[in-house]
Amino acid sequence: MKKYTSIAFKLTFYILLSCSVLFLGIFWYNYLFSKKIITQKIEDDAKHLTYATVNAIDSVLLRIEKIPKGVASFLENDPFDKDEILHMIYGAVRDNPEIYSMTVAFEPYAFDKDLLYFAPYCSRKKEKLELEYQGSASYRYFNLDWYQIPKELEVPVWSEPYFDEILMATYSVPFYTNVDGARKLTGVVSVDVSLRWLQEIISSLRIEKSGYGFLVSKNGVFVTHPQNDLIMDESIFSKADEADDKDLRVIGTNMVRGKTGLVSRTSLFGSKNSWLSYAPLSSSGWSLGIVFPQSELLFDINRLSRMVLVLGILGFIFLFAILFFIAISITRPIKILAATTRDIGKGKLDFDLSAIKSRDEVGMLAESFVYMRDSLKKYIRELTETTAASERMQSELQIAHDIQQGIIPKTFPPFPDRPEADLYAILEPAKEVGGDFYDFFFIDDERLCFVIGDVSGKGVPAAIFMAVTKTMIKAMVKKEDKPEEILSRLNKEVVQNNDSSMFVTIFCGILNIKTAEVSYSNAGHMFPLLVHSGGKVELLEGDTGIAVGASKEAEYKNSRMRLGPQDILLMYTDGITEAFNKNQELFGSARLRETISAASQKPIKDMVIEISCKVAEFCDGVPQSDDITLLALKYFGNERRREEPSVEKRIILKSKSFEMQKFKETVRAFTKACRVCDKATNEILLVLEEALVNIQAYAYADQNEHEIEVCLFATETEFTARLIDDGRPFDPSRMPEPDINATLKERKVGGLGIYFVNKFMDKIEHERKGDKNILTLKKRL
Amino acid sequence: MKNKFLLFVSLPVFLAASLSFAQNTSLQKVSFLPHWVPQAQFAGYYVAYEKGIYRKYGLDVTIVPGGPDVQVERMLKEGTVDFASMWLASAIKENEGTPKLVNIAQVTPKSALMLIAKKSSGIKTPQDINNKKVGLWEGIFKIQPLAFFKKYNLEVKIVPQSYSINLFLRDGVDVASVMWYNEYHAILNAGYESDELNTFFYSDYGLNLPEDGVYVLKDFFEKNPQLCRAFVKASLEGWLYAFKHPEEAVDIILKYMKAAHIPANRDHQNWMLARMKDLMMDERSGEPAWRLSESDYGAVTNLLKESGLVTSVSDYKDFYKDCL
Repeated sequence: MKKYTSIAFKLTFYILLSCSVLFLGIFWYNYLFSKKIITQKIEDDAKHLTYATVNAIDSVLLRIEKIPKGVASFLENDPFDKDEILHMIYGAVRDNPEIYSMTVAFEPYAFDKDLLYFAPYCSRKKEKLELEYQGSASYRYFNLDWYQIPKELEVPVWSEPYFDEILMATYSVPFYTNVDGARKLTGVVSVDVSLRWLQEIISSLRIEKSGYGFLVSKNGVFVTHPQNDLIMDESIFSKADEADDKDLRVIGTNMVRGKTGLVSRTSLFGSKNSWLSYAPLSSSGWSLGIVFPQSELLFDINRLSRMVLVLGILGFIFLFAILFFIAISITRPIKILAATTRDIGKGKLDFDLSAIKSRDEVGMLAESFVYMRDSLKKYIRELTETTAASERMQSELQIAHDIQQGIIPKTFPPFPDRPEADLYAILEPAKEVGGDFYDFFFIDDERLCFVIGDVSGKGVPAAIFMAVTKTMIKAMVKKEDKPEEILSRLNKEVVQNNDSSMFVTIFCGILNIKTAEVSYSNAGHMFPLLVHSGGKVELLEGDTGIAVGASKEAEYKNSRMRLGPQDILLMYTDGITEAFNKNQELFGSARLRETISAASQKPIKDMVIEISCKVAEFCDGVPQSDDITLLALKYFGNERRREEPSVEKRIILKSKSFEMQKFKETVRAFTKACRVCDKATNEILLVLEEALVNIQAYAYADQNEHEIEVCLFATETEFTARLIDDGRPFDPSRMPEPDINATLKERKVGGLGIYFVNKFMDKIEHERKGDKNILTLKKRL
Repeated sequence: MKNKFLLFVSLPVFLAASLSFAQNTSLQKVSFLPHWVPQAQFAGYYVAYEKGIYRKYGLDVTIVPGGPDVQVERMLKEGTVDFASMWLASAIKENEGTPKLVNIAQVTPKSALMLIAKKSSGIKTPQDINNKKVGLWEGIFKIQPLAFFKKYNLEVKIVPQSYSINLFLRDGVDVASVMWYNEYHAILNAGYESDELNTFFYSDYGLNLPEDGVYVLKDFFEKNPQLCRAFVKASLEGWLYAFKHPEEAVDIILKYMKAAHIPANRDHQNWMLARMKDLMMDERSGEPAWRLSESDYGAVTNLLKESGLVTSVSDYKDFYKDCL
């Protein structure tokens, strides 16, 4: 059994595979592309949010910056008035809630040459606004950052954020006056700003669940951050160093140096993949960073992708089920049909295909099967009937054949007590029954009547006509009849009841065994051949009338001749001369004469057999087309010699090409002529074939052509075949009997032949004479 | 039965109480004042306290918080504190006239004071400092820089520097004074890489002054020599423990810093502790020496005299008392 892959499997597997590849491809592309789009959008949103927040903070800080700038500007242009200054400071703090405190600090002795420190200061530390004077030995502001840095840098600066009760930063603006033509620093106006509102703005930034904003100072120190413990203690750099994160250090550097950017990184806080968007505050130079958690922002698309994937898988499972179901619906009926076909092959036609209910091509196939089954059943039934009828017919024909054979004389020699003459005849119908006949009988003591006839046509009609005719001839012969009278009388009888318009050619002759005179008449038949003992063959002459039954007015003439001792009259039908071979050549009368001439010395039985064999040989397998009949009459007179017919046939075969068919036909003709029954004939043929095949297989060591001689003898009781080959010494009787119970494969080639030989032949002899093997097979008849 | 139970319970309780009482009474109460705010610069002392090392040596130490507004010399002189840390140069100056202080341990033999400039300013060699703005701290912190300028013939514009590095960061000065273990790292933590900075260690220019040391009043030492020895030994052990367990030491320090509301982060304290270790190790022995050698004392006093900071100094023997 070949290995079969189920269609269901193939279909399902390959379709699902292709679908998977396709689906995954589309899915992946879609995912990547969507992610790209969303990422882009997130990045844009990030930037926008960052800018918006920065602007919100800047707007406050820039607004605050205006106040000290304004005061500084005033102080630069107008002379100092203590009250004015106090008034300005107070008003500024009162009117601007973002300002926690404000001071105008003067350089040493710059306000009053007697005052080292002069720094009026207003704050809302207590509920009511209070004015004080900063600057003392314990508060030497000249070296403090808020004073010193703007002094040294000569520009307004925002300080680093610091803690003083609350988170604050100071914005300081230096102011100058012209002293002796040179611009000299006079003091610094500074405001302290609470950063709580800034913290609130940033902490209110909510991005998804874990996104947040933070602010770092110019030194990178965290001003605000969701993790409170970082504020003011840690800087982005200290955190980066602690985590050994070089990338974070770079980001920190970028941030404090006022750069804008968007990076993707793993957040230190939570170890999540995030985007960090940062931008500087244009006012103080601090930097805002906003962290956008990737997984949360991409949550929706990831979830969507997961859903799609899950749906896809579910879809696949569904698809798989459908495919499988459909495939099964096709393959299951096909499997049933395949099994059914095997059953049909085994001859079982009573199958039931009602299990196949599909209404598709497979259903059509099943229907056709049922139709075929019914047709086959009907056909077989009819065939059985016809065969039965045919067999009946055949057996009837066989019976008819036997009856026909029974009608004509078969015993030879027919008249052992009349040594003056001898007859031998054979009759081979083309089919089971034929239209040829012969007959011979003594009319009286001295006169032997002999006839040979050939009814027109073949088969049962001719056979019936033949039976009727032959019987009529014998019935109506009277003692004094002459051959032409017999024919005439016969004709009248036959013509009368001849509805079927059949006719028969007849040669009739009467031999007087005392005088050796033959009186004969011919009704359309071939004249016999006269064979002299010396070998000369001549055709008998005379007038011939029309075939019997053909016409009411038929006239038949008489002729006479005299037989010499050992002369043979050979009568035959046209089945002999008109036998043809493969090349459509006819055996012909020339060949017949040759054969007769060559066998003229032989007893008539030998001659007749020889002729029969020669015809068979000539025909070479072409089926007999017409009935073959031979009747030989030999006149001895008083010189009867005892003849021992040595019925023998010698055939030479070539080892390489037997022409088995021709050989078989020859042997069959021989055995039939020798009156060997059909069963024995078949057995002999089987044995001969096996023996010859054996010789061909084992006898020769070389590749040359060798001759095998086959001699056939037949007596009344025994048939002998002798095979002579010049091969290696071989004794088939020494070969072991085959195991007939073994299977075909196990048996050796040729082994079975030995079995047949042993079974069908009664005696097997093997002889080695010189360089020849002589195998003699004998069979009792 | 009941009696036995009572006895059983009461006995260990009584023992524990008496033991702690005994312990308490055997500990000597002393106070120690570091010369700045709590930070890893004084890790060893805090660690010795927290890990019970002082107690082991029979000391019940109170660490008084220091800072920019705390005047160490005055508090020591007035007896407000028993032990204090300060710089060698400060102590020598304090001892001008009637020497009142003795050094019982020289903690850091190597000076951590240095000058720093941004590479972008182009200042690479001492000569480049000429005519630049240099930020200097007051007092004893001026000794080395002035000697440095004199040595290299530099004319500089001195800007008084506060305790923040912001002036330097904002380019208010070209060169700033920093402590190797403190402000230097603060600059790194403000976003500068070490390869963006040029440094000038005074100790590399022959101007090494040993810095931190432990001081007591002379009278105190004469009255309580054992106590002083105990304190020095316990403190040293505390420092050794801190170096061996830096993470734990920083934990302790951070606790104190947070309690004092001082901006603190682990990264900075890690650096400080590591640098203290570097500064404290004696080059030859690989261990903290904690001794003041006569030669060092001589070199320092000479430099101070040359700078004009002091005119008279006490003898080495009177000044330093080996307590190890």
